[in-house]
Amino acid sequence: MTLAAQSGQNSPAAEASTREAYGRTLIELGRQNRDIVVLDADLSRSTMTEFFAQECPERFFDCGLEEQNMIGIAAGLAAAGKTVFASTFAVFASCRCFDQLRMCLSQPKLNVKIVATHSGISVGEDGTSHHAIEDLALYCSLPGFTVVVPADAIEAVEAVKTAAATPGPFYIRLSRPKTPLVYSEGYRFTLGKAVTLKQGRDATVIATGIMVARALEAAKTLTEQGIDCRVINIHTLNPLDEEAIVRAASETGAIVVAEEHLAQGGLGSRVAPVVAREKPVPMRFVNLKDRYALSASSKELLQKHGLTAEEIARAVKEAIQAKAIPPG
Amino acid sequence: MANRIRSPSQETPANIFNLSLPELARMAKKLRRHIITMTATAGSGHPGGSLSAADIVSALYFKIMRYDPHNPCWEDRDRFILSKGHAAPVLYAALAESGYFPVEELNTLRKPGSRLQGHADRNLTPGVEMSSGSLGQGLSFATGTALAARLDRRDCRVYVLLSDGECEEGQTWEAALSAVQFKLDNLTAVVDRNRQQLDGWTRDIMDLEPLAEKWRAFGWHTIETNGHNLKQILAALEKAKTVKGKPTVIIAHTIKGKGVSFMENNPDFHGKAPTAEEAERALKELE
Repeated sequence: MTLAAQSGQNSPAAEASTREAYGRTLIELGRQNRDIVVLDADLSRSTMTEFFAQECPERFFDCGLEEQNMIGIAAGLAAAGKTVFASTFAVFASCRCFDQLRMCLSQPKLNVKIVATHSGISVGEDGTSHHAIEDLALYCSLPGFTVVVPADAIEAVEAVKTAAATPGPFYIRLSRPKTPLVYSEGYRFTLGKAVTLKQGRDATVIATGIMVARALEAAKTLTEQGIDCRVINIHTLNPLDEEAIVRAASETGAIVVAEEHLAQGGLGSRVAPVVAREKPVPMRFVNLKDRYALSASSKELLQKHGLTAEEIARAVKEAIQAKAIPPG
Repeated sequence: MANRIRSPSQETPANIFNLSLPELARMAKKLRRHIITMTATAGSGHPGGSLSAADIVSALYFKIMRYDPHNPCWEDRDRFILSKGHAAPVLYAALAESGYFPVEELNTLRKPGSRLQGHADRNLTPGVEMSSGSLGQGLSFATGTALAARLDRRDCRVYVLLSDGECEEGQTWEAALSAVQFKLDNLTAVVDRNRQQLDGWTRDIMDLEPLAEKWRAFGWHTIETNGHNLKQILAALEKAKTVKGKPTVIIAHTIKGKGVSFMENNPDFHGKAPTAEEAERALKELE
C-alpha cells in the first residue's frame, strides 16, 4: 500500500461518521444478499442499524436490552447459514456478553459480525460507564475473532463489506462522533494488511482507529522539526500484520503505538511482543494507561488524556532519544 | 437399527425409527446403560442429569424428530439443542444409537483425540447442533435457529433441553421473553425438572417455584408432565406442534439419576462418574 495516493487529498477539516457509514453500507449489503440478518439491542437509532430495519424489516430483529441473548440468537441464525450483523454500543458488545462471545461465537467459529459503535472515551459526556476502553483486550483474547478498528468512515465501509464477504466472527469498532477522514474514495482495504500512510526513517508511529489521523498530524509537525517519521495504520488487530511491524522496527529503529484504549490488551500489547521477539527497539505507548475517564466533551477528554498529536510527537522524540542510549 | 433407516423427505414428515412405546422404553434403558458405561470408562462426567433426561431424549430421537443421521446438515431437519451441556452423555448415546457415529465410539468420551468432548462441541461431533457447557445460553441459540427456520420458510421444529438449574441464569429469561416477542411457535423447550443442582436441592439453593407459573407469565404455552412417562412426554410434544403464535415449554418432572437406585436424588452423582463397582451394580439394575 502506498500513502500519498490514499491520503492527504481531504482537507484536514473533513470529517465523517463511521457509524453512519456502517448504517448506509448495511442497506447496500442487505439489498445484494438476502441471507444478511441484522440484530440490535435497543440502540438501532444510535448504531444506525435503523436504516436496514426500514429497508429490510423482515430481516431485522430488535432484541431489546438483552445483549447476551442477542449473541445467542445471532449464533443460531449463523448456524442456519445467515450472515449476521449484531450491533450495540462497544461497552455492551464486549463486557456485557463476553461469555456468550466466547462459547457461542469464538469456539464454534460462527459467522457473526459484531459491529459496535460508541467506543473509547470519545463517547464523551455519557461518562465512565459508557467508555469502552477494555473491548480490544477482550476481543483480541478470543481465538479466531477478526478484530478491525477502522481509521475513518471510508475504511469503515470497506471493513464492513469485507466482513460480510469473509466467513467467521468479526469485531468492528466504530465511534460516536464524526472523525477526520484519512482516506479518499477508491481506497482499497486488505484485511490483515497494515497501511503505510507516510514513509519515514527515524521512527514509526503505529496507530489504529481515531489515533491514525492524529499520528499523521504529529508526523507533519515532526517533519517541520527535521524528524522523518513513518506512520502505519493497523486497522486489523487480529490477525496482526507482523511483517509490517518488523519492517518498521528494522528500518526506523523506534516505535510508538497510539490507540484509544487502556494500556493492557490493546494494540500496544499486540505489537510489543512482536518487536521484542523479532527486532527489539525502543518503544513508547500513547494510550489511556490504566485509568477510567469521566464526563466531558469528546474533544476535552482526548486532550485531557493525552490522545493527541502533540503527545504522539513527544513520544516519538522520546523513542528516538532512547535509540541513542547503548543497551546495558 | 441401521436397516430401519430410510431417508426422510418433505412428503413423509416422520421420525425414521418411529418406535412404539415399549420400544422407546427399551431405548431409554439402553441410553441409560450407555451413560453409565461411558462415564465410568471416562472416570468423570455428569451421570445424574443425563439419566434424568433419558426418556425425554429417547422420545425425541426415536419417535418425534425428523432427521437423517447420514446427512447431519440436512436443512429441513428438526433441531435438538442441548442447553444443559453437562448432559452430553445422553446426547452422545442417542446420536450413536440413531446412527450418527458408531456406538463403540462412546467409550472414547473425554479422552484425548475423541470427538466426544466433556461438553458437546458442534465443530467436532456429527449431530451436535450447538456447543454448550456454560449454562443458560441454549434457549437463545434455539431462538435464533427458530427465527432462521421461519425466515427460510422451513417446515422444521426446534427442540431445546434445559436443566431446571439453568433457569436460574438471567439469560434464560431474556430468551424466554424474546421467543414470545418473535411468536416462535416452531420452538419447544423442555425443562428437565429434576429439582437438583450441584450444591443440592434447587429449593434450598435458589428456589424456582412456581416454575410453571413463571413460564406462563412470560407468555409461553406451558405443559407439565411426568418426564419418565413416555406416553405423557409424547402427548406433550405432539400438543406443542399444534400450538400457534407462541412457543411451548414442557416442564418435565424427573428424578436426577433415574433408573439407578443409589444415584436417584443423590446430588453426589451430579458431576461424579460411577466407580467400576458402582457401574456394575448400576448396569445390573438397568438390565
